[in-house]
Amino acid sequence: MVLTDIINILLSGVFYGSILFLVAAGLQVVFGVQKVFNLACGEFYALGAYTGVVFVKIAQGIGLPLLFSLLPLILAGLFLFFIGPIVERGLLRFVYGRDETFQLLLTFAVVLMFEDVIRFIWGTSPQSTPGVYLAYGQINLLGAIIPIYNLIVIVSSLVIAGLIGYMLVRTKFGRIIRATADNREMSEALGINMKSVYTKVFTLGTVLGTLGGALVIPATAAMTEMGVELIVMAFAVVVIGGLGSMKGAFFGALVVGILRAIAISTYPELELLLIYLIVIGVLVFRPEGLFGGSRA
Amino acid sequence: MKADNLTLKTLEPKNTSVSFKKTKTWAILAIALFFIILPRLGSQYVSYLILTFFGYAVALLGFNLLFGYTGLLSFGHALFLAMGAYTVAFFTSKFSIFPMEIILLVAIVVSAILAALIGAVCVQYIKIYFAMLTLAFGMLFYSFLIKFYYVTGGDEGMRVLRPYLLGYELSAIPKMQFLMGGYYYYALVVLTIATWVMWKIVSSPFGLCLMAIRDNPEKATYLGVDVKRYRWYAFIISGAYAAVGGVLLAPVIGQVDPTLTYWTHSGTLVFMTLLGGFTNFLGPMLGGLIYIFLQDKVMSLTTYWRFIFGAILAFLVIVAPGGVAGVISSLVKKGRRGI
Repeated sequence: MVLTDIINILLSGVFYGSILFLVAAGLQVVFGVQKVFNLACGEFYALGAYTGVVFVKIAQGIGLPLLFSLLPLILAGLFLFFIGPIVERGLLRFVYGRDETFQLLLTFAVVLMFEDVIRFIWGTSPQSTPGVYLAYGQINLLGAIIPIYNLIVIVSSLVIAGLIGYMLVRTKFGRIIRATADNREMSEALGINMKSVYTKVFTLGTVLGTLGGALVIPATAAMTEMGVELIVMAFAVVVIGGLGSMKGAFFGALVVGILRAIAISTYPELELLLIYLIVIGVLVFRPEGLFGGSRA
Repeated sequence: MKADNLTLKTLEPKNTSVSFKKTKTWAILAIALFFIILPRLGSQYVSYLILTFFGYAVALLGFNLLFGYTGLLSFGHALFLAMGAYTVAFFTSKFSIFPMEIILLVAIVVSAILAALIGAVCVQYIKIYFAMLTLAFGMLFYSFLIKFYYVTGGDEGMRVLRPYLLGYELSAIPKMQFLMGGYYYYALVVLTIATWVMWKIVSSPFGLCLMAIRDNPEKATYLGVDVKRYRWYAFIISGAYAAVGGVLLAPVIGQVDPTLTYWTHSGTLVFMTLLGGFTNFLGPMLGGLIYIFLQDKVMSLTTYWRFIFGAILAFLVIVAPGGVAGVISSLVKKGRRGI
């Protein structure tokens, strides 16, 4: 039935979109403040996925019911926060103020290194958390069978989006982020400790990536290439949404997620092609992005 | 490239003393002689790696016209390299057209047209947007190659049959003999011509305009340089060069597949350029040579060669953005000042 198909496509698109949103949001906040396009965010995502598997297995080992697997997954994402300061203090801080191309290359170097860190720790065989996805069951929505876990991820992502929005608009740290994204010199002159802001923002970006990876894992398997593959999608999201804009990340992720779902279910050859044609179209006709303009 | 104060001076053709010019000529002759006799001296394996280097070297010459000379970082340049390589595959295994000269010519024309189209869009932007746009085009080509498998062979790619060199059919002799014999010298000649032409390009008024654009686009505009048009020309030349590199590479690897245009392969080209030094005319080629041999060595020692290469790249970006050539030339300068 047509309606069932539409619901299926929409929901799987939104599910993928909500994962994409998390990673893309991490990309955006870092770009907004530090003006660094972080190619390594895909690797953070992969790292989150692998760590998610480990945490779920530990939780099962100590007897946590499968239904509560969401908890170890979120913990895994948060646990990896320490990657942020390491990369930012250890590498990125040396290239602030340098040409953007060199910053991009440095994050590419991080991609290469993290790929092998993952290979070193987990090897090359895919890792998954069998049983978790199905443990949450399915519901029947107008004839379409929807895995409940997908809905949980969508809701979690929405909650995180709301928290980020609240933080950016209402809290002091959020105001500092927006001020820095807007005018770095002025904010520094007003007494903001740029060093600590940069570390915090980069850590926030990292955790968004690792959370995305951890949350996606019950629905798929962790693989070595997932990082480099995801960055290609996250890149499409931020271009369509507009570089540096949080609103852009949200709508861009929805657009890419749903388009991908439509392409996969109708004409799979078109998947990446369709998305990238739109990316190029956006860059040509509206390089500030469809939802650009509102900073960070 | 304002970040690195080592740009313009080192790139200009130097008008130094006669004795220095003489040493330069001797050095070039020595390098040429080295490459000519190498297959007779070293092991087959070394010559094989050198053959891969020839292909990359041509592509890097073109890449650096964009990056080092014009100041545009392309993160999708492997697209044109793959274009060249797939041209060989299509011509030899689908159309049964074998003469290498025809293949080279077609690859140059096709990729120049493609570069003209893609470039017309890309040169509207600079810096990060340029890098992103080229990355997007590279990935577009990647997904095209993957998804239209009935034409391109999908992720398995296509076989490359042995082309004719100068009209000679050489399919009877064993593969290694073909590569080490005729093909090696054929590629060396192509590389030499390509290097000479590129040298003429960068020392011409056109090349100087590109550098002016890189260093100060506004000023170049005031001086009457059509900035976007010149960037576009540089993009087309650079695309055609990458395609020639791909053509040379294809018979060596024997099989083309879509990873040739994946964004990480474009990253490899950038890496090679940075390793050797983008501020020097021969720097990127030096980088390609070091990269290929270093990768071979490190891969034989550990499966985690990416980590080591990532660390090297990070080190280069942070400490020595001028690459190996940059370090050498600063040492030479120091030495001269010492005398």
